[in-house]
Amino acid sequence: MADLNARSFARVAIVSLAMFGFGYLLVPLYDIFCEITGLNGKTGRLDETTVVARYQPDTSRLVTVQFIANNNQGMPWEFRPLEPSMRVHPGKVYSAAFSARNPTAQDMVGQAVPSVAPGKAGRYFNKTECFCFNQQPLAAGETKEMPLRFIVDPNLPAAVTTLTLAYTMFDVTLIN
Amino acid sequence: MSTLSAGHEDHHEHGPAKGLLRWVTTTNHKDIGTLYLLFALVMFFIGGAMAMVIRAELFQPGLQLVDPNFFNTMTTVHALVMIFGAVMPAFTGLANWLIPMMIGAPDMALPRMNNFSFWILPFAFTLLLSTFFMEGGGPSAGWTIYPPLSLQMGEGFPFMIFALHLAGVSSILGSINIIVTILNMRAPGMLLMKMPMFVWTWFITAYLLIATMPVLAGGLTMLLTDKFAGTSFFDAAGGGDPVMYQHIFWFFGHPEVYILILPAFGIISAILPTFARKPLFGYSAMVYATASIAFLSFIVWAHHMFTVGMPVVGELFFMYATMMIAVPTGVKVFNWVSTMWRGAMTFEAPMLFAVGFVIMFTIGGFSGLMLAIAPADFQYHDTYFVVAHFHYVLVTGAVYSIMAAAYYWLPKWTGNMYDEKLAQIHFWISTVSVNVLFFPQHFLGLAGMPRRIPDYSVQFTDWNMISSLGGFVFGVSQLLFVYVVFKCIRGGEKATDRVWEGAHGLEWTLSSPPPYHSFTTAPEVR
Amino acid sequence: MRIVSSVLVVCLLTAGAVAHADFALNMREGVTQTSRSVYELHMIIFWVCCAIGVIVFGAMLYSIIRHRKSRGVVAAQFHDSTFMEMLWTIIPIVILVGMAIPATTTLLAMEETGDADMTIKVTGIQWKWKYDYIDGEASGISFLSSLHPKHNEARMLGSDVDLRQFGDQYLLDVDNPLVIPTGQRVRFLLTAADVIHAWWVPDLGWKKDAIPGFINEAWTQIDEPGTYRGQCAELCGKDHAFMPVVVVAKSPEDYAAWVKEQKGSVAEAATEALREWTKPELMAKGEQVYTTVCAACHRPDGQGQPPVFPAIAGSAIANGDAATHIDVVINGRPGTAMVAYRSILNDVDMAAVLTYQRNAWGNAASVVQPTEIQAAR
Repeated sequence: MADLNARSFARVAIVSLAMFGFGYLLVPLYDIFCEITGLNGKTGRLDETTVVARYQPDTSRLVTVQFIANNNQGMPWEFRPLEPSMRVHPGKVYSAAFSARNPTAQDMVGQAVPSVAPGKAGRYFNKTECFCFNQQPLAAGETKEMPLRFIVDPNLPAAVTTLTLAYTMFDVTLIN
Repeated sequence: MSTLSAGHEDHHEHGPAKGLLRWVTTTNHKDIGTLYLLFALVMFFIGGAMAMVIRAELFQPGLQLVDPNFFNTMTTVHALVMIFGAVMPAFTGLANWLIPMMIGAPDMALPRMNNFSFWILPFAFTLLLSTFFMEGGGPSAGWTIYPPLSLQMGEGFPFMIFALHLAGVSSILGSINIIVTILNMRAPGMLLMKMPMFVWTWFITAYLLIATMPVLAGGLTMLLTDKFAGTSFFDAAGGGDPVMYQHIFWFFGHPEVYILILPAFGIISAILPTFARKPLFGYSAMVYATASIAFLSFIVWAHHMFTVGMPVVGELFFMYATMMIAVPTGVKVFNWVSTMWRGAMTFEAPMLFAVGFVIMFTIGGFSGLMLAIAPADFQYHDTYFVVAHFHYVLVTGAVYSIMAAAYYWLPKWTGNMYDEKLAQIHFWISTVSVNVLFFPQHFLGLAGMPRRIPDYSVQFTDWNMISSLGGFVFGVSQLLFVYVVFKCIRGGEKATDRVWEGAHGLEWTLSSPPPYHSFTTAPEVR
Repeated sequence: MRIVSSVLVVCLLTAGAVAHADFALNMREGVTQTSRSVYELHMIIFWVCCAIGVIVFGAMLYSIIRHRKSRGVVAAQFHDSTFMEMLWTIIPIVILVGMAIPATTTLLAMEETGDADMTIKVTGIQWKWKYDYIDGEASGISFLSSLHPKHNEARMLGSDVDLRQFGDQYLLDVDNPLVIPTGQRVRFLLTAADVIHAWWVPDLGWKKDAIPGFINEAWTQIDEPGTYRGQCAELCGKDHAFMPVVVVAKSPEDYAAWVKEQKGSVAEAATEALREWTKPELMAKGEQVYTTVCAACHRPDGQGQPPVFPAIAGSAIANGDAATHIDVVINGRPGTAMVAYRSILNDVDMAAVLTYQRNAWGNAASVVQPTEIQAAR
C-alpha cells in the first residue's frame, strides 16, 4: 500500500511541477497569441526586401496613419513625432521620424514601446526599421531624430481608415 | 473571541493525554481535519474583522476612520485571508475528516505529509499578516496583485509573495493527498461511481488545484523576479506586458472560483437527500455536471478582463464559453430542486443552510450570467455589482455550505448534538443580515459605484448605510456560531451513530464520535 | 422567530429613516446609442433571470411548503430521469442562444471604431487624467484634470467639511473637465503613464482600461449637451477613489468658442511666461497649483507622508538652491514616486508652485521666475 501511495504521489506531484512550468510556457504562448490576434496593438516586424517582394502597393486606397508620443512616468525627455499624421497607400514602404531631446544633465537611455490602435489593425502594421527595435541612448542635452520605416499590409480590413501608432518612451537608464 | 479560547483549552484537557504536542505531531486525519477547521475559523474572524473596518469606513461618505492606503490594504488582505485562509482550509479540513470515513479507509494515504501541509499554513498567514508592520504597510494592490501597481508596494511585497507561495504549497500537498487517498484507499466495492458526491467534488477540485496553483506560483515568481532580479515579464519597457499577468492570474483565478464552490456542491448534495429522506436526484448527471464545470473553468478566464481591450473575437469566445457554464450549473440546481420534490422534508439547521445555499447561490448565479454578457460587463465591471455577485457566491454559497457541513457532521465528530434552537437562530439572523448586507450592493454597482474605494459620492449613502448595518449584524451573529460549535464540543445530548434519520453513507455506520482510526477493517459496500 | 421579526423591523425602520434620499436601483440609461443598447441588453437578461428565478424558486417554495414530514408526507424514492436531465440541459441552451444574439450585435457595434470625427488621447496618471486633443480644430490643446480642490480638501481623513453641499457631485467634480462637441463621433485613445487605470463614465455606456505602454481605443457620440460624470474604475493605488472623470458635451458653436478660449489662454500663457512676476502673484497662483497637483501626496500643509512622500515644509531642497529644486520638479526623481512635471506644468505654473513651496509653511527661499524655468528646460 505504501508503495502504491508513493507511486501515485510521484505521478500527481509531477503533474503539479509540470503545471508550474506551464505557467512559464504561457509567456511565449501569449506572445504568439498576441501576434496572431494583434492583442494590445502589438506590431509586426519584417525584413524590407521580403516586404517589397510580398506586397503590391494598393494606390486606390489611402489610410491615415496617426503618430502619437507618450512619456512614461518619470521620463523627462521631450519626445514627439515630426509629423502628426500621414496619408499612406497600403503595400508601400514609408518613412517617418520622431524627435527626442534629453534636456537633463545626465546621459540617459530610453526604450520606446510601440502600440497600434485599433488593436485588430496591429497585425497589418509592419515595421522594417524602427528606433524601437533598440534602446536609444541620449547624452545630456542631446537631440536626436529617430527614424522608422513601415508598411501597411494591403489586407488591412476595409473598415479601418485611420491607424494610430503610439510610442511610449520608458526610462531604462537605471535598468542597464 | 473568549468563547473560542475557552473551548480551545477545554479541548486539550479532554484530548488524549499527550498535551499540546499531540496537535503538533499528529498524523491522524481527524486531528488534522480539526486543526484545519479551527485555523479556518480563526482566519474567518480575522478576515471578518477587516470586512468590519471596510463597512465601517463605507458607512457614510467622507473619510472617518482609515486613510485610503490602509483601506486598500483591508480590501486586499480581507480577500486573501478569506480565500486562502478561511474557505480553502475549511474545505480541506472537511475533506480530511470526511473522505476516509466516506470511502471506508482507516486514514489518509499520506499522513505525515498531511501534518506538514497543515502546519505550513499558520506560518504562511503569520508572514502575510506581519507585512502590516513593515515599511509601506500590508499588500494594497488588490488580491489580484496586478502589476505595475503591485510593484509599487513597500517592503512587505516579497513577504506577501512568499506567504502566498507557502499557502499554495500547502494546498497542493493537501490536494495530492486527497487524490492519492481517493485513488488507492477506497474500500472494496466502493467504485468511483458509487462514491458520495462530496468525495467526487473534492476529487475534481483537487485536480483543479494541482493544475492551477502552480500556475499562480509561476505568475507570482515572475512578479518577484520583475521586482528584484531585473526580468521584465510584465514591464513594457523590457518587452513584457502587464496584461499578460492578468491572463496568467485568471488562468489560475477562474478555476480557483470553482475550487471554492465545487466542494460546497458536494456538501449540499449530501445534506438535501438526508433531510428530504429521498435519494439524490440524478447522481451521474451531477458527477458529469461537476466535471464539465471544472473543464469549462479553464477556458473562461478572460471574462474577468473584458475591459482590457481584447480583440472582438476573443471577447465573443469568452462570452459564449462563460454563458455555457450556466448549463451544468443549472443542471445541479434543477437536480437539487428535484431531490427536494416530493420528499418528506424536515428543516434542522444543516437543511436550513443547504436550502439557503441553493436559493442564494442561484441569485449569485444569475448576476454571474449577467456579468458574462460582455457589452453589459463594460458597465458592471469593477463596480459593486461584481462585489455583490461574488459575495453571494462565496458567502451565501461557500461559507453557508461550510456552516451547513459543520452542523451536519458535528454530532458525528463530537458524539454530541449541537443546540438546535441556537443554530436555527444563527441561520435566521445570518440569512436576513447577509441579504441586507449584499443585496443593496447590486443597486450601488448599477448606480455607478466602483469597487475598492474608501469614499464615495453622496447619492450612494443610503444603500451603503444599510449594507453596513447588515454587515455588522452578520459579523456579530457569527459569534453565535462559534458559541454553538464549542458548546457542542463540550457536551450535550448524546448523538446516535446515524444521527439523522435519513442519513446514508459509510461515515454514519461508525460510532459517534468515530474511533481514532476510522475503518481498521474495510467495510462492506453495498 | 421573534428575533427574526425584530431584525426585520429594525431594518425597515432604518430604511424608512433614510428614505428621503434617492435609492437608485437600476443602471442608468445614459445618453449615447451605446449606453441605451447596453441598458436594453441589461434589462433583457435581468427579466430572463427573473423568469427563471420565479420557476425555480416557485418550485422550491411549493416543495418546502407541501413536501414536509410534519404534514405526514411519505418520501417518494425516484432518483433519476434521463428525460428531465435532457430537458433542463436543452432549454437553458436555447435561452442562452437567445441571449447571445443581441449581446453579439451590441458588442460588434461597440467595437467598431472607424471614421471618427476627432481623436482625444486620455492618459491615466496617479491620480489624475491628462487629455490631449490630437486632431481637428482643437488639436494641440492639452491639460490635466484632477479632483476639484474643494472636494480634495473635504475628502481628507478627519476633515469636518459638510459633504452635503456638494450633493451628487461629491468626488465627481474636477478642475478642468473634458469638453467634447455634441453630434460628433469622438474617438478616445487610452493609455497610462504609471499603473493601470480605467476610464469610465456610466452615461456613455462603457469603461476601458488605460494601460502603461499600450493604447486602447473606444468611441462615443453624445447628442445632448450636458455634463456627465464618472471615475477611475481600476484600482490604481492610494487615491484611486479620487480621480473623477467629467465630460462636458457642448453644442458645436459653444465647443468652437471653448476651443478658441483655450487656444487664447495657451497663447496668453506664452506671453505671460516672458514677463517678470511679483511674489504675491506667484504665491497666489502657486497655492492653486499646489492644491491640485502636489497636495495629494505632499499634503496641503507640506508635511508629506514620509517615507514615500517627503515633507516640503522645512526641506533642504525647498530652502536651498533654486536650480536643484527646479531640477527635481522638471525631471522628477527616477526610482521614486516623484514624477517629471516637464510636460505636465507650463512655465508659469511651475514657477508659481516652486515659489509657493519655497515660501509657504515657514520656508524662506528665493522666488522663481517663469523665465528661469524656461532656461532650465
